[in-house]
Amino acid sequence: MNNLLKLSALELKNAISRGDTTATEALEAYLHEISVQDGALRAYNEVLVDEARDQARRIDDMRKIGESPGLLAGIPIAIKNNLCTTWGRTTCSSKMLANFRAPYTATAVARIRQAGAVVLGKTNMDEFAMGSSTENSAHGASVNPWDLSRVPGGSSGGSASAVAGSLCSAALGSDTGGSIRQPAALCGIVGLKPTYGRVSRYGLVAYGSSLDQIGPMTRDVADCAAVMNVIAGHDPADATSLDRPVPDYLANLDEPIKGLRIGLPREFLSDALDPEIHRAIENAVEVYRSLGAEVKEVSLPHSRIDSGAGGELSSFAVACYYIVATAEASSNLARYDGVHYGHRTERDAADIIDLYSRSRAEGFGDEVKRRIMLGTYVLSSGYYDAYYLKALKVRRLIKNDFDEAFETCDILLCPTTPSPAFKMNEKTADPLEMYLADIYTISVNLAGVPAISIPVGLSSRNLPIGMQLIGGVFREDVVLRAARMFEKASGICRLTPPPLGRDAE
Amino acid sequence: MSNKITPEVVRHIGKLARIELDDQQVEMLGRQLGDILRYVDKLQALNTDGVAPMAHAVEIHNVLADDAPGQSLTADEALANAPARDNDFFMVPKVLGDS
Repeated sequence: MNNLLKLSALELKNAISRGDTTATEALEAYLHEISVQDGALRAYNEVLVDEARDQARRIDDMRKIGESPGLLAGIPIAIKNNLCTTWGRTTCSSKMLANFRAPYTATAVARIRQAGAVVLGKTNMDEFAMGSSTENSAHGASVNPWDLSRVPGGSSGGSASAVAGSLCSAALGSDTGGSIRQPAALCGIVGLKPTYGRVSRYGLVAYGSSLDQIGPMTRDVADCAAVMNVIAGHDPADATSLDRPVPDYLANLDEPIKGLRIGLPREFLSDALDPEIHRAIENAVEVYRSLGAEVKEVSLPHSRIDSGAGGELSSFAVACYYIVATAEASSNLARYDGVHYGHRTERDAADIIDLYSRSRAEGFGDEVKRRIMLGTYVLSSGYYDAYYLKALKVRRLIKNDFDEAFETCDILLCPTTPSPAFKMNEKTADPLEMYLADIYTISVNLAGVPAISIPVGLSSRNLPIGMQLIGGVFREDVVLRAARMFEKASGICRLTPPPLGRDAE
Repeated sequence: MSNKITPEVVRHIGKLARIELDDQQVEMLGRQLGDILRYVDKLQALNTDGVAPMAHAVEIHNVLADDAPGQSLTADEALANAPARDNDFFMVPKVLGDS
């Protein structure tokens, strides 16, 4: 493997600005690696070679004439396939959008390009971001570089697989119920879901509009902070993006937080948790204690997880999420009508309703249909109050719990996932079981607060384990610094998967 | 809530959602939606009297833009992905009868 691929995004950027290498050389190293490895990992839906080469050349030319090409100059970044780009296709890994070419570029993508990043391509995902394994992709599932028989998580699984497998330097994902943090945990990388409204959603294909956020997926915490510096901030094109100053997330990153107050949500550390993950989290807590952090138990009663007689897990937050998110999805996905863009049936349609119904039946996969149907049901006459309105009230209770916890804590610490990466096809038969993969991440989206997943170790089967650090509204700075404290003190950072199936080079 | 997801209910929801369903899908979706709804029914156990519904994570209201003309897509750009077009129009099957 080319040594350039081993550098973090910031190290690569520094190597380029020192003149040790060029954006073009770095890009070619990644393109070569993709050509060798992506047949096995299937992280990408589309690699955008020409546009990437043009951008890398632009960066190198700028450097030659002494212009500063930006904070992410020359860094090859992969983009989840639900972020619109005017070049290449934006398919959401769906047959519905198989040939869709977006007429505009997402603000987050425009910002990283403005900062000099080289967009490598569009990564695989669960169709329309609905899933936790990428098995719902119309292109087929991506693979976890740590074990090729296991899923990378989802829905941003292609991005996670690409970062962990050195097929990009960093990536963008989106997170509606855990879709950045869960795959980050399963692939042993860093993933941040920012505060709702921190990053513009303009050009992100909508799933659950009150929950969706774009965020970085990176090899270490510093790279995550660097990408946040570029993508965070107000955008007039997104009415829900908030006009608040953006701090420099890199500036104090290495300064430990004195007297850091950590809350352990007791509901998330129950006996139901996988014992290896429990141990890893306890070890992480010890690391923080040794750094002088004050650790105490807190309660998020409305996010509690109960285990039933058969060992099945249940959670109010998961129940609340599957009403709110699917209701929003049923409305957002009404736009796919076979008329304006996207798949259109080739069968004869008797009338316009027939055209809609057939186009949608052919274009959407099973999970997307299931969620649209569920969302339509909970919003339908006679059920609206009992389901949708009830869920919105429970959402308030869940958020109130977080508000209360942050009165006495700076961050909350808990697992990211109930288990390490699961096998392909292990959870596809039962939709509910798949939904429970997000049991620790989902309430964070309902509350709108920021949270990061960072690796805290490996299981006995050599699979990554993730830890989630949750912050108060707009406290990405605290979350990132606390994450960096652990990374530095533990030395657990930039985990590298074994060279599975890698050609000897 | 008692929720019996009969084939008729599934077909009705499919109609509202504009998704054509065959008999096998109606059977499968009835079962799966029933399971999911039984699961989400646990919310009924929570007392939410007097709790204000929360539709958005961050409370912002009435974000207004300046009433100034800006750049928008040209007709060609807007129609570029259309499955069928006729000049500057999207094409659909006949909606009104001949008579």
